[in-house]
Amino acid sequence: MEENILSTTRDIHGLYPHVHIWGYPIAIYLFIGGLAAGILLFATIYYLKGKADEMPFTVKIAPIFTFGLVVIGLLLLVYDLHHKMYVWQLFLTFRIESPMSWGAWTLVVVSIFSLLWPLSYIDDIEAYLHERGWKRLDDITKFIRNMEHKYVIPRFVIITFRKYRTLAAYLMLFFSIILGIYTGILLSAFNAHPLWNNSILGPLFLVSGVSTGSAFVMWLSNNKKERQLMSTIDMALIAVEIFFIIHMMMGMQAGPEAYKQAAHLFLGGEFTVIFWVVFVGFGLVLPFILEVFEHRGFKIHPALPALLVLVGGLLFRIIMVQAGQISEYPL
Amino acid sequence: MRYAMAIEVNKCVGCADCVVACQTENNVPIGYSRDWIVERVSGTYPDIFLHFESQRCNHCEDTPCVRTCPTGASFIDVGGIVKVTHDECIGCGACIESCPYDARYFHPDGYVDKCTFCDHRVKEGMDPACVSVCPTYCMHFGDLDDPDSDISKLLKKRENFTLLPEAGTAPQIFYLK
Amino acid sequence: MSKFNRRDFIKISGTATAGVALTPALSSGIGQIFQNEKKLTDDQLTKTPTICEVCFWNCAGWTYTDPDNKIIKVVGNDKDPHSNGRLCPRGTGGLGMYYDENRLKKPLVRVEENGVQSFKEVSWDEAFDVIVDNMKAIDEKYGKESIALFYHGKTGPHFKHMMQYWGSDTNAKPASAQCLITREAGYIATYGTGLASPEPTDINNTECLVLIGNHFGENMHNGHVQEISKLIDRKGTIITVDPRFSTAAAHSTHWLPIKPSTDLALLLAWTNVIINENLYDKEYVARYTYGFDELKAHVQKYTPEWAQTVTTIPAGDIYKTARVMANAAPKVIIHPGRHTAWYGDDTQRTRAMAILNAILGSWGRKGGFYFPENIKLPNHPHPPLPKPKWSWRDISQGKHKLAFAGITNEIVDCALPEYDGPYKIKGMFFVATNPLQAIPKEDTIKKAIQNQDFVLAVDTMPSEITGYADVVLPEATFLERLDDIRVSQNKSPNVALRYPAVKPKYDSKPGWWIARELGIRLGLHDYYHWEEFEEYLDWQLKQIGTSISELKEVGVKHFDRKTPMYLNENEEYWFNTNTGKIELVSTDFQEWGYDPLPVYKAHDEAPAGYLRLIYGRLPMHTFGRTLNNPNLNDLKNEPKLWVNPKVAKIYYLENNQEVWLQNPEGKVSSFPIKVRITERIRHDSVFMPHGFGNKGRIKVDGKILEMSRAYGRGISDAELLHNIKIDPETGGTGMRNSFVTILTENPHTKAVES
Ligand SMILES: Nc1nc2c(c(=O)[nH]1)N[C@H]1C(S)=C(S)[C@@H](COP(=O)(O)OP(=O)(O)OC[C@H]3O[C@@H](n4cnc5c(=O)[nH]c(N)nc54)[C@H](O)[C@@H]3O)O[C@H]1N2
Ligand SMILES: Nc1nc2c(c(=O)[nH]1)N[C@H]1C(S)=C(S)[C@@H](COP(=O)(O)OP(=O)(O)OC[C@H]3O[C@@H](n4cnc5c(=O)[nH]c(N)nc54)[C@H](O)[C@@H]3O)O[C@H]1N2
Ligand code: SF4
Ligand code: SF4
Ligand code: SF4
Ligand code: SF4
Ligand code: SF4
Ligand SMILES: [Mo]
Repeated sequence: MEENILSTTRDIHGLYPHVHIWGYPIAIYLFIGGLAAGILLFATIYYLKGKADEMPFTVKIAPIFTFGLVVIGLLLLVYDLHHKMYVWQLFLTFRIESPMSWGAWTLVVVSIFSLLWPLSYIDDIEAYLHERGWKRLDDITKFIRNMEHKYVIPRFVIITFRKYRTLAAYLMLFFSIILGIYTGILLSAFNAHPLWNNSILGPLFLVSGVSTGSAFVMWLSNNKKERQLMSTIDMALIAVEIFFIIHMMMGMQAGPEAYKQAAHLFLGGEFTVIFWVVFVGFGLVLPFILEVFEHRGFKIHPALPALLVLVGGLLFRIIMVQAGQISEYPL
Repeated sequence: MRYAMAIEVNKCVGCADCVVACQTENNVPIGYSRDWIVERVSGTYPDIFLHFESQRCNHCEDTPCVRTCPTGASFIDVGGIVKVTHDECIGCGACIESCPYDARYFHPDGYVDKCTFCDHRVKEGMDPACVSVCPTYCMHFGDLDDPDSDISKLLKKRENFTLLPEAGTAPQIFYLK
Repeated sequence: MSKFNRRDFIKISGTATAGVALTPALSSGIGQIFQNEKKLTDDQLTKTPTICEVCFWNCAGWTYTDPDNKIIKVVGNDKDPHSNGRLCPRGTGGLGMYYDENRLKKPLVRVEENGVQSFKEVSWDEAFDVIVDNMKAIDEKYGKESIALFYHGKTGPHFKHMMQYWGSDTNAKPASAQCLITREAGYIATYGTGLASPEPTDINNTECLVLIGNHFGENMHNGHVQEISKLIDRKGTIITVDPRFSTAAAHSTHWLPIKPSTDLALLLAWTNVIINENLYDKEYVARYTYGFDELKAHVQKYTPEWAQTVTTIPAGDIYKTARVMANAAPKVIIHPGRHTAWYGDDTQRTRAMAILNAILGSWGRKGGFYFPENIKLPNHPHPPLPKPKWSWRDISQGKHKLAFAGITNEIVDCALPEYDGPYKIKGMFFVATNPLQAIPKEDTIKKAIQNQDFVLAVDTMPSEITGYADVVLPEATFLERLDDIRVSQNKSPNVALRYPAVKPKYDSKPGWWIARELGIRLGLHDYYHWEEFEEYLDWQLKQIGTSISELKEVGVKHFDRKTPMYLNENEEYWFNTNTGKIELVSTDFQEWGYDPLPVYKAHDEAPAGYLRLIYGRLPMHTFGRTLNNPNLNDLKNEPKLWVNPKVAKIYYLENNQEVWLQNPEGKVSSFPIKVRITERIRHDSVFMPHGFGNKGRIKVDGKILEMSRAYGRGISDAELLHNIKIDPETGGTGMRNSFVTILTENPHTKAVES
């Protein structure tokens, strides 16, 4: 028999029996990051493809949400800090090797873009809203326009942004990719946890993030063409995700003991059901099937697969954050 | 300079004097600890093998904790001592998540705390508190870059191991068999 | 006369298990003690000499206080031969005793309101009045002798002397009958002298150390732990005999996993080999010992082959280890052990060890046992002591010739209602001792206490005994008080000072002050010519050419030896025995009717379905006295019951599962304990550390006072001890013939349901 035990009492909260210092806030934060990245990715790509007017929701409207999302993300990040009063320390330096540092800076940059992008489309947005019979937000659009007229600096910024929108779109594309990759590789940077320490996790998170972005557009767009396009993209992304997941599990199974243990969490261990049945079943396979049926002409509410993908994406991050912390090297 | 520790597991009795000495020396709050003891038993009665390991931050040469710190609060000080500047730490936990040894914890005041190799004592030419209290004299502290230091000689002479070499952190705490 | 003829334990009503639920959350305030402090370097701190009282090895050290008079740390004194500058974990964490927020804070007196007994906080004067009234009442009715003092530690002598001045010499300590009296007796019978503390084993020069149930590394007697570690460095041989794979066993060259209770068989078989193979020290035996031929004839039947059947140790290993020992002789030590109250034939077992040391020629030899020396301090002149009509001697020495100190369990017997002999006990003082954990047969002790007219407890903590007292006095901890100069024996004679580093916290007082105040109120002025104990100590120190102020600077002062440390070659040496020789055959024992040579007798085996209960020490705790110490509790806050995997299979046990224990008399543990499945214990025994399962919780002015970190944690071994065997020579209690069975369901809730 082998015994490896902690002989002194070390009841430090969140350290034993396994590290548990990150909870839902970090998982939601990662979800939001991925979602925002996905939305911005589609907005910029289709803008650059010259489809701004054809796909107004994707390019002009959806990015409105990213600003809110990114702000919530930043707030969650701060909320999760244990030494909150020192949060400004994050912005005194940029640490090239620290994904946290990357993330903090990227979120700030992305938040600026995601604020300016919709502002630069304020007339189109108002038109879009009116078209859909939404007048309630007129006060806000009017207020924003007033600001733009009254003050020099906002006017200058927005006019400049409009003028160089293509350049801005390239930059935004770049940062949204960074954001997507960042939310993906954040966990894999913590290689003290075998589950996180694998090369597929990053791409998997990126694909999953983009997939939630497409689901988001699919869900809220009123444009059938847009929705169908996004649905097609989403199906492809889901297929890639499933491929990555299987690949990741096989990789861990083939690894050293600590990695086998990590895989076991999903192959018989405590996360088996929630991962395979709830996440993979209801968050990937079912929406995939629903989308296939929709393409074949069955009447399926587009919100259904979209919401399943979104909830699945959130669940996936919660599971990975929790299971990753359980997966540790032995004492 | 390259500070390191060598601990003779053939003498350690797992008494935890090193743990409580660290607590009083470094004002580690009750309920927390910078060092701890692991007991390893193998075999079947009456052919059994047992040893204790006094563990703490390994002051790794390859430091995932410093690498992942977004503010630079975690840094490598003179002699390879891995430290945390409390006033720069935002308490994000990145370093805790990246240490394979669970060597770091959130101090109740919010910042991350860990073993400092008692650099305040080392500066004065003393041994760290845990080393200087150990009743079995099984702990040794010194400079690996100095070939004449006790620790360099011990490591040359005796078979030794480090914790979780597979984690690739190049620990600077060596256990002598 | 006390108002309380029926003494209830002042506690919160409800069963023990219900009590667990009542335990208030661990107080969190304590976590703040060390926080937010700027780190000061050692030279910004003040050093005051101290002598550690966390155990009775009494290491000398330094208490460091900061400019705000806060205790920062306690560190060993380099000049001290007990600590060599390094305290053990308990000493390093000793400051937790001072900081413990559960400490006794004010004198307490038992009161009864509306039929409910409780404690009330009172002033020192009021408390002294109650004590003095009761002492006088007992004196009038039964005589002063009827008040018995139980004590331990450096605070005990203050009270022992006070009681002797008053006229009672009825006293005892568990540290004798429950600890080392049997071993002392074994050595006195053999060498004419006991061993005392620290044991004069020359481990620093030995080549072979034999530890028989002596679990150094868990037993943290500091000096010896350090010396053994250096022996490992020197690649010396260590032979450990223990049924359990102890820490010492893990670090030994040879571990002999003995069947519990059979050590005497092994010792006699070793003697057999050493004699029959002519490995003994012939010259030494011829010159210094008495009765060798009889010994030789006596051990013939104790062959290793026979011993194998008794001890389960292969005969080959017995031969091998005997030869190893002989090879190292005379640099060999069969360590006498300390807590030797095991099986009721313990004087005989230690005799066998003493004999083995004698034939190997290690007594008085370098690398064996050295002759220790200490400093004699004169007593302040005072009137002669009154002569009590009877004392502890009369109670114990009639029955046990070698009861050279009070025997706690026998004094307890005199306190029982059914006792009708001449030595009736009607008052009990407990000073720094907790009989409910220390003396076996808890129920008997409770009965004896119930039968008293008055009970006093002097303690630092609301320990179990305080709940049974009529008056509880809060003593200051060792860091806050002055006590007698330490004059213990060593290679180099020395004196050491304990000086208060800070003022007593709360309304606690040092023992010397409490004893003196009581004495003065009892009219013993003539015995207390001094007002401050410091004056007394300074006077004593001046007589040997030093002073308090010098000792405050150095802590420990050494003096030159006056006698040789070892026997000189061919020296004629007179041992303090009847024959003047080392008595392999004890002439005293012959005369008194005890076995003159140790005879192996089998001990009880576990009844079917039971396992032997083995207990021992944890390195970071001293009995139960440190369990509530915040620093030490932080190192280990609960015990585990060690169970062999085979046993775990039978009982379907899992690691960390909570179980209860029951002994064959039907007594069930008050609390559960968590299981640790480990190969370190035999399949016929379970092991747990002594001192846990604390039940100390009292009610003071309606509020609960308890040891909040210790209450209800784990099982108290003391509670389950039964089948106690009395050692005939000394009256010491054999406490290891105890058996238990494992209960996986809470027996207390079951009782409530049915
Ligand atoms: N079942 C069982 N019984 C045993 C043993 C065993 O292993 N198992 N061991 C035996 C041995 S070896 C011994 S030596 C005895 C020891 O038994 P005890 O003499 O009882 O010794 P302690 O447990 O040290 O004393 C405990 C009491 O002293 C109090 N105390 C601590 N410090 C101070 C102080 O500075 N001043 C005052 N006034 N009080 C203080 C504590 O709060 C506690 O109430 O027990 C023996 N009994
Ligand atoms: N940390 C710490 N150190 C202490 C103390 C403490 O409370 N805590 N108390 C001090 C005191 S007062 C004393 S007296 C000493 C006592 O310390 P020791 O004299 O060393 O130990 P014991 O308690 O007699 O013995 C416990 C050991 O005996 C083994 N044992 C049990 N049954 C048998 C048997 O039948 N045969 C053999 N050969 N071994 C057996 C147990 O497995 C265990 O390893 O420790 C002192 N040191
Ligand atoms: S103080 Fe020394 S012997 Fe005790 S646990 Fe620490 S390293 Fe081991
Ligand atoms: S042990 Fe952990 S905290 Fe210490 S240097 Fe290594 S990775 Fe960093
Ligand atoms: S918790 Fe503090 S030290 Fe650790 S990574 Fe974050 S900022 Fe750096
Ligand atoms: S080196 Fe100092 S800080 Fe580190 S564990 Fe030892 S005593 Fe604690
Ligand atoms: S051995 Fe430890 S507890 Fe005992 S006196 Fe020495 S330092 Fe104190
Ligand atoms: Mo003892």
